[in-house]
Amino acid sequence: MSSSLANRKTFDIAWKDRLMAWLAGDNLGASFQKITRALAIPLLAILIFLGLWSIGAKNVQTSLGQFPGPVAVWDQGMTLLDEHKAERAKAAAFDERIQKRVEKAIAAGKPQERIDQIKGRQYTGPATFLDQILTSLLTVGAGFLVASIIAIPIGIVCGMNTAFYQAMNPIIQVFKPVSPLAWLPLVTMVVSALYVSDDPMFDKAFLNSAITVTLCCLWPTIINTTVGVAGVSKDLLNVSRVLRLSFMTKTIKIVLPSSIPMMFTGLRLSLGIGWMVLIAAEMLSQNPGLGKFVWDEFQNGSSNSLARIMVAVLVIGFLGFLLDRAMLMLQRAVSWDRNAVVR
Amino acid sequence: MNSYLNIDHVSITFPTDKGPLTVLDGVDLKVEQGEFISLIGHSGCGKSTVLNIVAGLLQATEGGVLLQDKEVNEPGPDRAVVFQNHSLMPWLSVYDNVRLAVDQVFKRSKSKQERHEWTLHNLELVHMTHALDRKPDEISGGMKQRVGIARALAMEPKVLLMDEPFGALDSLTRTHMQDSLMEIQTRLNNTVIMITHDVDEAVLLSDRIVMMTNGPHAKVGEILDVELARPRDRLELAEDPAYNHYRAEVVKFLHERHHQPDVPDSKPVDETKPEKGKIRLVS
Repeated sequence: MSSSLANRKTFDIAWKDRLMAWLAGDNLGASFQKITRALAIPLLAILIFLGLWSIGAKNVQTSLGQFPGPVAVWDQGMTLLDEHKAERAKAAAFDERIQKRVEKAIAAGKPQERIDQIKGRQYTGPATFLDQILTSLLTVGAGFLVASIIAIPIGIVCGMNTAFYQAMNPIIQVFKPVSPLAWLPLVTMVVSALYVSDDPMFDKAFLNSAITVTLCCLWPTIINTTVGVAGVSKDLLNVSRVLRLSFMTKTIKIVLPSSIPMMFTGLRLSLGIGWMVLIAAEMLSQNPGLGKFVWDEFQNGSSNSLARIMVAVLVIGFLGFLLDRAMLMLQRAVSWDRNAVVR
Repeated sequence: MNSYLNIDHVSITFPTDKGPLTVLDGVDLKVEQGEFISLIGHSGCGKSTVLNIVAGLLQATEGGVLLQDKEVNEPGPDRAVVFQNHSLMPWLSVYDNVRLAVDQVFKRSKSKQERHEWTLHNLELVHMTHALDRKPDEISGGMKQRVGIARALAMEPKVLLMDEPFGALDSLTRTHMQDSLMEIQTRLNNTVIMITHDVDEAVLLSDRIVMMTNGPHAKVGEILDVELARPRDRLELAEDPAYNHYRAEVVKFLHERHHQPDVPDSKPVDETKPEKGKIRLVS
């Protein structure tokens, strides 16, 4: 099938073409021109931004030193990578040592329990920056997934049943604007009270963050799904009546496919909100992710802290952008409505 | 004598903000099997309402519709509808759109292979087998309407109801579609009720033309028997005096007699011209 994701207008550059068309006249080959122009303008904008940032930063003196400019941030970024590599090297060395001890123990004929005990030793080093990125992504993924599983059925029922919608609407409208920082204490207390087990599968901080993400990113999906389901074309519903489709068949074959574009719009909005919520929630719940990194650096108060925080800010932004793009590609792949502009 | 389809004293009243609105008041029509009926009338006279009542999408407040002496007040594939806006599922291909109807109607009576062949057969009737895998937004308006017709035919309906099926198409496409429809009608001999605004189309395609009075309180005004031999060729008929007579009758009804069907030669009052000898102030 030729509807591959690459064929979609992922990098819609029509207006850029027109703008640049009069700037340069030569025809080097349309696609080469398009690509260079599509890259040139954003690149220029980024360079200007970096320049302004650098100038602005020089003029701001904080209690932790000068506000970091692009160079300082870049340096700290590299440092974080080096620290990550160093930690991994340490972990690898530790594993080697353990392996040697296990071999020695087997050679010396020590009992199995002793060998298992040696094998079971974990490397307890601090989480590196990349580990924290992974934790954040996993947490937002978990929270978003749970939210979607709850929100989509509710949205479908709300869309199909006016009474249910009228019942749910006040609740949705009141809880939608609530900040994650307000939910967090409640979530923490409830999780502490309910999640008591000797061998917990999930870290409490992880649960707190994930549940807070869920609570905040339910709402766009519910609302958009409701709109999508309620807005199924009357003509299509008449077709289903003439065909005498059963309720389930009608829902699965007509209502759901018809509302998938709106559903994915909701999911995409939810993921964006979830990512923002996560960072805030992590700061307070101490889930070992990017939020905790920022918080720790702030509490640390070293001369590098601001630059490291800036690195985190840029990484958070970039990851959010990637998550959004991923959802966008997914949305384009399932959206049958060619007339809708999906960007 | 009981006819195949009997629309018996159908009236419908809608509750509106300004009070109840009686759109149809005692519509009576008897249709025989294999007849092609055109329903023609001014905009807003209630033609679509009649069709929707026969289809079962609306309930009449008085009277009813009998199909083979059984009352029908619910939609069903025995009265297939071709909508003015094709109403194809935009996420399904041409083949899948028709297959959806076939699967629903024949899931017990035909095997998978038979249903596949039946789908292809109906798409062949409308000359759409070259575009089986295309989605509705990849085909033209005329093609979409063909698929809509194929879907309706695939339900093997007892009555085929068409609500201005060619209204959204340009003139040329419309003539092609009319020819296709005549060809299908020759092959299948369906019972068809078609709503149209086009007088030529009505005279060309139908066995009888039912002309409705203006709404509200619309009813059947006149019924015209079109006794032109089949198969009908539009180029031949263009010079045919009988064809032109029928055409004139319809046009006369629409322009003159739709107000008072039982008063011959009545003309509607033309309010823009002043009465002789009197000066009318133009407000």
